[in-house]
Amino acid sequence: MTDKQEREEGLQGVGCSRKRKEDPRFIQGKGNYVDDVKLPGMLVGKVVRSPFAHAKIISINKEAALALPGVVAVLTAEDLKPLNLHWMPTLAGDVQAVLADEKVSFQYQEVAMVIANDRYTAADAADLVEVEYEELPVVIDAHKAMDADAAIVRDDLVGKDTAGQGPRKHNNHIFSWDVGDKDATDRAFESAEVTVRQEMYNHRVHPCPLETCGCVASFDKVKGDLTVYITSQAPHVVRTVVTLLSGIPESKVRVISPDIGGGFGNKVGIYPGYVCAIVGSIVLGRPVKWVEDRIENLSTTSFARDYHMVGELAADKEGNIKAMRVDVLADHGAFNAHAQPTKWPAGLFSICTGSYDIPVAYANVNGVYTNKAPGGVAYRCSFRVTEAVYVIERTIDVLAQKLSIDPAEIRMKNFIKPEQFPYQSALGWEYDSGDYPTALKKVLEAVDYVGLRREQAEKKARGEIMGIGICTFTEVVGAGPSKNCDILGVGMFDSAEIRIHPTGSAIARMGTMSTGQGHETTYAQIIATELGLASEDVQIEEGNTSTAPYGLGTYGSRTTPVGAAATVMAARKIREKARKIAAHLLEVSENDLEWDVDQFRVVGSPDQAKTMKEIAWAAYNSVPEGMEMGLEAVDYYDPPNFTFPFGAYVAVLDIDKFTGETKVRRFYALDDCGTRINPMIIEGQIHGGLNEGYAVAMGQELPYDEAGNLLGNTFMDYFWPTMVETPKWELDYTVTPSPHHPMGAKGVAESPHVGSIPCFSNAINDAFGQFGVSHVDMPHNAYRVWQTLKELDLNKG
Amino acid sequence: MAKTHIQFMLNGQEVEALVEPRELLIHVIREQLQQTGSHIGCETSHCGACTVDLNGESLKSCTVLAVQANGGDVLTVEGLSQNGEPHAIQAAFMQEHGLQCGFCTPGMMIRAYRFLQENPSPTEDEIRHGMSGNLCRCTGYQNIIKAVQVAAEKMQSE
Repeated sequence: MTDKQEREEGLQGVGCSRKRKEDPRFIQGKGNYVDDVKLPGMLVGKVVRSPFAHAKIISINKEAALALPGVVAVLTAEDLKPLNLHWMPTLAGDVQAVLADEKVSFQYQEVAMVIANDRYTAADAADLVEVEYEELPVVIDAHKAMDADAAIVRDDLVGKDTAGQGPRKHNNHIFSWDVGDKDATDRAFESAEVTVRQEMYNHRVHPCPLETCGCVASFDKVKGDLTVYITSQAPHVVRTVVTLLSGIPESKVRVISPDIGGGFGNKVGIYPGYVCAIVGSIVLGRPVKWVEDRIENLSTTSFARDYHMVGELAADKEGNIKAMRVDVLADHGAFNAHAQPTKWPAGLFSICTGSYDIPVAYANVNGVYTNKAPGGVAYRCSFRVTEAVYVIERTIDVLAQKLSIDPAEIRMKNFIKPEQFPYQSALGWEYDSGDYPTALKKVLEAVDYVGLRREQAEKKARGEIMGIGICTFTEVVGAGPSKNCDILGVGMFDSAEIRIHPTGSAIARMGTMSTGQGHETTYAQIIATELGLASEDVQIEEGNTSTAPYGLGTYGSRTTPVGAAATVMAARKIREKARKIAAHLLEVSENDLEWDVDQFRVVGSPDQAKTMKEIAWAAYNSVPEGMEMGLEAVDYYDPPNFTFPFGAYVAVLDIDKFTGETKVRRFYALDDCGTRINPMIIEGQIHGGLNEGYAVAMGQELPYDEAGNLLGNTFMDYFWPTMVETPKWELDYTVTPSPHHPMGAKGVAESPHVGSIPCFSNAINDAFGQFGVSHVDMPHNAYRVWQTLKELDLNKG
Repeated sequence: MAKTHIQFMLNGQEVEALVEPRELLIHVIREQLQQTGSHIGCETSHCGACTVDLNGESLKSCTVLAVQANGGDVLTVEGLSQNGEPHAIQAAFMQEHGLQCGFCTPGMMIRAYRFLQENPSPTEDEIRHGMSGNLCRCTGYQNIIKAVQVAAEKMQSE
C-alpha cells in the first residue's frame, strides 16, 4: 500500500463501510429515547379519545376523574380556549382541533387529556372522564364525500371557499390541483392507436415505527424557558410551531430530539398530544410526559396514502407511449394534516411519468374530507412519490398486457435515454441524471429473466401459478429548492456547522435528524474526506435546537441531497481558510499549494507540506495578518434542484392456489443513488425499505367499516412481517452521480420502499395476468389472493 | 392500591421493589429500577421490544406482572456484557450492521442469547423461526440473521 492509500484508509471517509458510531450505546441498552427521559416531578398525560367517528359532544364531566387521588388536571377544549390553543395550524394550511371542539370527526379523536402522577393513575382517570355524545351520520367512502347529501365533516369550514389550499367546491372538498397540458393530452388520447385505463387504490397504511410518538415537555416558570424532548424528525420546525402557538420567544424554546426509534414519516407532524403536554407543563409548572400506545399510534398519528387513482396511457401499436393522464381522489381524513411542502397539496405526485419519455401528460388531484384520522404523510418516501410510482408502474404493465408485449421490453422501449439527461419531463421536472437501460439489463441478466418466463409457462401448463414483477422507478427527493419548497414559509434548505478544535478533532452539528440512518457515522465520513481528519475524530450532533443550526429535518430522503451538501460546502469553506493558513506557514503563494488527502503540499516540492492537524493548531495562534483566528464554518444549503435516484427491481413469487398464500422466491434490487457514502449503511437501508414495501404490498392496511370504526389498529391485525415471511434480499447497484450535488450523492433510504411496492404488486398481477386479469388491488394478503383465485375458478385440484 | 414487596435478581444483582399487583414487569424494570434498555413497542406481546430473560426463558415483559418475577432471575440487555467486554452477540450485531434505530435491538439480542442456548448452531431457517417473536422495522432482518449466525460461530469456537 502506498503512503497515500494508507493515509486515505486511515481517514475512514466516503466510500468505506465504516462501522457505526451509534452502535456501542445501542447494543448496551444505553440509547436515550423519549420514554427514557425522566425529570424530577414529572407527570404523565393520557388522552381520552372518541369511540365514534362523528358525533356531537353534549357534555364532558371531569369530576370523577379529578376526584381520583394522584390526578392533577383534566384538560378539555374549554380549558384550551382562553389560551387560543384548542385549534392548531397544520403543515398543509388547514387547522386541526387539539382537543375536540363541540364535536368529534374521527374515531379515536382527542377529547381530553388527563394529567396524573403516574401512568396507571392517568389510565384509570381517563376511563373516569364521562363524555356524552350524540352520533352524527358519517362520511367514510371518499367517492361519496362530495355527494349533495353527504354529511359535513367540518362545520368550522362551512361557508368558507378555501381550506388553505385554493378554492373548494363542496363542504367536504379540500383542494383541486392539476399539472400538465390537459388539452394536448386529451388530443393525444383521441388520436392514439391504443389506450388503457386502470382504476387502482393505493390503500391507507401507517408508517408504524417500533417506537411510538411521544414527548416530555418541561416549562421552567421562573426563567420562562420551555424544553421539549420529542420524537421529531424535524425539531427546528417543532420549535417554530411551538413559538407561533404559545407566544414564547423561539430563543426560550429548546426542542430536543434524542435517539429516535424509527420515524418513516410518522414523526414529521405536530400532534395534539404534544400540544396538550406542553400546555399542561406551562399551566402546572411541572414536566409532563405523553407517550402514545400502539393503538393510539396506528389510529391517530398520521396515516399514509389513501389515494384512489385512475391511470391512463395512450400508445401506438408497438408500445411507444404517447401520453399519460392521471386522476386522483385523495382521502385526507377529518383535517388536512398531510406533511409536505406547504405549496404542494399533492406533494411531488407529478413525478408520475416515471422513468419514461412521455411527450405529454396531465394529472389532476382532488382532496376530500372524510370521518377518518387526519394525515397523509410520506411513509418512507418523498411526498406522494410512492403513489406516483405505483400508478405509472402498474399502468405500464396493463398497457404491456393489452399489447402482448413483455413488461421488460415495453420499459426498454420507453425509457428516457441516457443521452437525454438533464431531462425535462412533461410535468415540469428536470431529471438530473440516470441510466435506466443499463440498470434494467443488469437485473434481467442477473435473474435470468428469459429462464424465469420459460419456467412460468411450464408451471402454468402444470397447473401452478408463478408471478414475475418488474419495477423501474425514478424518485424525486431532497426537498427542496426554496424557490418552490417551504414549510409554513420557511425555505427547505438545510444546514451544517463544523468547528475544528486546536488539536485537530472536530465537532459538527446539522439541522437534520437521524431516526436510525446512522448520521453520526456518515456525516463524519464526508467531513473526513473533505478535510483530511479521521472520521473517528469528528463528533456529529443533531437534534438539539439550541446548539444545531436551523434545518428542516430528515424526511423525503433529504439528508444526503440537502444536509450532506451543506456539510460538504461548510467543509470546503474551512479548507479554503486552511489553504491560506498553510500558504502563510509555508511562506508560499496559495496557488502553489495542492490538496493531498489530509494536507496541503507545495507543488513540485512534496516534502514541504502542512497537514490539516498542523493547520488546525496554527489557526489558533499563527494566522496570516488580517485573518481572524479559529477554524470553523457554517453553511445553509439551498439546493438548485431535487435529485432523482432510480432503480430496477424484479420479484419472483409462487402462489398456492388452494390457500392464496404467496412465497416470494427472489427479490433482486438494483439501486442507483449516485455517489455511495457508506455501502454497509446503504445496504441496510435498502433491506429495511424493501421489507416495508413488502409489508405495504402484501398486508398492511388501515380498514374502516361503514360506521367509521377502524378495524386494524393492533399488531394482531396490522401486518408487520416477521423474519419468517420476510424474503431474502439480493442487492446490486450502479453509480450515476448527480451533476448538481457537490459530491454527486442522491439519497437512498426511500427508494426501496417506493420501488418494491409496485414490484410486488406487479408480480401478483403478472401471475393473474396469465388468466386475463388486468389489475387487482393491494394489499395482496392470502385472503384477497384466494378471493381472486376463487373468482377465476383456479382454486381447484 | 396496596403494594406488594418483591425481590428478584436483575442482571446478577439482587433488587427489590414495592409494586401494585397490577404493575407490569417492563414498567418496574424501566421506571423503578431505571434499566431503560428494554423498550415498549406494543404492550400486547407482539413486537418483542420488551423481551427479557426470566429464569432461563425468553419472556415479553409487557404482559407479565412484576409480582410474577418475585424470587426470579432476570436478565436484560444491561446484563449481557461481562467485565466491560461486549458479549459475542452484541459484537456481532455491530459487526454485521444488525441494528439501525436501536429500539428493537435489546429485546432482539436477549432473545438471541436464549435462542443460541436452545440451539447453538442453527440454520438460517431455524433462526428465522426461533427469532420470529421479535419485530424490527429498520433492517429487513437480513443482517440480524447474519449477526446471529456470526455470534453462533463465535460462541461455538470459544
